[in-house]
Amino acid sequence: MLQVNDLHASVVDADEEILKGLSLSIGAGEVHAIMGPNGSGKSTFANVLLGRPDYVVNSGTVTFDDEDILEMFPEQRALRGMFLAFQYPAEIPGVRPWQFLKAALDARREYAGEKALSVRDFSKLFDDKVKEVGIDPDLVKRSLNEGFSGGEKKRNEMLQLEMLEPRLAILDETDSGLDVDALRIVAEGVNNLRSPDRSFLIVTHYQRLLNYIKPDVVHILVDGRIVESGGPDLAMSVENHGYEQYIKAAVAD
Amino acid sequence: MTLATARGEKYAADFKALTESRPVADWMAELRQRGWDHFDSIGFPTARRGNELWKYTNLAALDQGQFEFQLDEPDAVSADVLRERAPWSDDWSTLVFVDGGYSEALSQVSADDGVQVLNLADAANNESLQKNLAKHAATDENAFSALNTAFLADGGFVQIPDNHEDASPIHLLFVTTPGGFRATYPRTLVVAGTNSRSTVIESYISLGDEGGFTAPVAEYVLNPGSGIDHYRVLVENEASFHIGNTRVYQLDNSTFTSTSFALGPKIGRNDVHVLLDAPGAECTINGLYLTTNRQHMDNHISTTHAKPHGTSHQFFKGVLSGNSRAVFSGRVLVEKDAQKTQAYQKDLNLILSHGAEIDTKPSLEIYADDVQCAHGATAGHTDPEALFYMQARGIDEVTAQAMLMRGFASEIVDMICVDGLQDFVHGVVEEAIPRLQAAAD
Repeated sequence: MLQVNDLHASVVDADEEILKGLSLSIGAGEVHAIMGPNGSGKSTFANVLLGRPDYVVNSGTVTFDDEDILEMFPEQRALRGMFLAFQYPAEIPGVRPWQFLKAALDARREYAGEKALSVRDFSKLFDDKVKEVGIDPDLVKRSLNEGFSGGEKKRNEMLQLEMLEPRLAILDETDSGLDVDALRIVAEGVNNLRSPDRSFLIVTHYQRLLNYIKPDVVHILVDGRIVESGGPDLAMSVENHGYEQYIKAAVAD
Repeated sequence: MTLATARGEKYAADFKALTESRPVADWMAELRQRGWDHFDSIGFPTARRGNELWKYTNLAALDQGQFEFQLDEPDAVSADVLRERAPWSDDWSTLVFVDGGYSEALSQVSADDGVQVLNLADAANNESLQKNLAKHAATDENAFSALNTAFLADGGFVQIPDNHEDASPIHLLFVTTPGGFRATYPRTLVVAGTNSRSTVIESYISLGDEGGFTAPVAEYVLNPGSGIDHYRVLVENEASFHIGNTRVYQLDNSTFTSTSFALGPKIGRNDVHVLLDAPGAECTINGLYLTTNRQHMDNHISTTHAKPHGTSHQFFKGVLSGNSRAVFSGRVLVEKDAQKTQAYQKDLNLILSHGAEIDTKPSLEIYADDVQCAHGATAGHTDPEALFYMQARGIDEVTAQAMLMRGFASEIVDMICVDGLQDFVHGVVEEAIPRLQAAAD
């Protein structure tokens, strides 16, 4: 589904590269986790995949369903089924969560050649999902993410994930700043959505979230490159021994 | 001194024609003459250095004297056109003025226990009118209130009786018709009786594309315990000049809540002065302005706290595109006696192009020592984080930007508590968004 080959990327107008030849491949239905120390490029990778304009790709390829996406606008990637749950979701003053999601869902359905949901059908779906994700119904009457706590923002990201049903969901440190209850809700959301044609890429610093979401493959990212890949045991090893050995190995390179 | 320019002669000729063909009661004729004398002696203000109140507003174009004051019957306007182009509800009491002249045929006034909604020219014998007209917008205050007073004829006069509770909207609708370069001087006086409630809408709408010059003056008098919900809607074409003066006089524990909306004119100015002249009075002056191309919109809002325990809010928002320019000049003066005053000022701007400019100047002048005041102003571009967030959900950039503009504007539009009016303004904002986006960069 997603093929990343020798990806090099940096911040716009900066010389130093953050991603220095990252390669990975995610098949349909797979759950991959990327772990790494601070500054290893985890979040950069997640954002580059959706085309955040702050980054520039210097070389390498990224294909989604065999289609080169690097020249696409973020919305074109999203319409093809990619989704990024943001580490720091933006505040959108004056736009209610349901207005935002209606616009997003309308765009997606139009792209898929489907009719837009009526306001009534949309409202029903929205209300059901709000309940499922455990969001305070008063919260969704406010401006999107404005004055939301960290946990509320993350739940709201999960609400969007469940509503938009992407084919590849990238979770950028969704676990940071969450208490155990909120963590469970995120994990449940992901686990409920797991299916043979939906894949996940979970970016995280800690092994904690992986107690609840069992990944098929774990990658260790250090200094812009994947230095090791393995099964779920790899996450446990990081939990017990830290990133030290990988950092040393990367420096020795 | 007499104005020697072509412009001066033009206005002098109009004034002469008016006094000959539209005689009024002696006391009104006196007001007219005072207004004219003052205008004649000072002329239009110039945007020169040192003229602090007008330094951002270039009125040189008014010098051409191309605008016609209309004495003849105005062109016919159909009721359907009004319903389509102006805020309208059959549930409101509406006085319609076409090119400055009162149209009885188009107006709809439901008689309501003592509320008087009259054409000013027909109410010359009214004591309250005699007592209050031109008392709060002094004829010698500035050139535009002077000029407006010189051309006193038709206008809106609203008298709300004491203890009146039904605040169903009273609408004063001033339209200009296509096919001419009109000069109009709409006049409004609203007197709210003790402990009364009312809702008053002033609308200024151009129906054609030709430029016009509109110089309205509105006076609001709030007796003790009264409350007025006030709306001012300005939707004029891009060739128009609009210089509006609003004066509000408030007595004990009265509440004036005003929301204004401005779209369109080439040069627009909304000058509002509020005098809180008794304890416990409260005023809220909010507004939204949208500008694009080479438009210029000014909001000069000034509140004077003369007595203790007053509260005032000024909250404006602007969306600017193209090479347009806007000014927010908010002033709060807290006099020595006005202890326990609370005053807040805020002006927030969304700038869509590099050619657009906002001059925002909230200012507090405080002579009392026990007050609570705060002010702030911001100007920023569309938030790139918000745009990327929306795009990452599949919403294209243009749609995302429109949603952000709508969201930004809605904070003010949602303050409009009159249903039909809120829908109208929403609709005007919706139509304006793509035009502002087209001039964005």
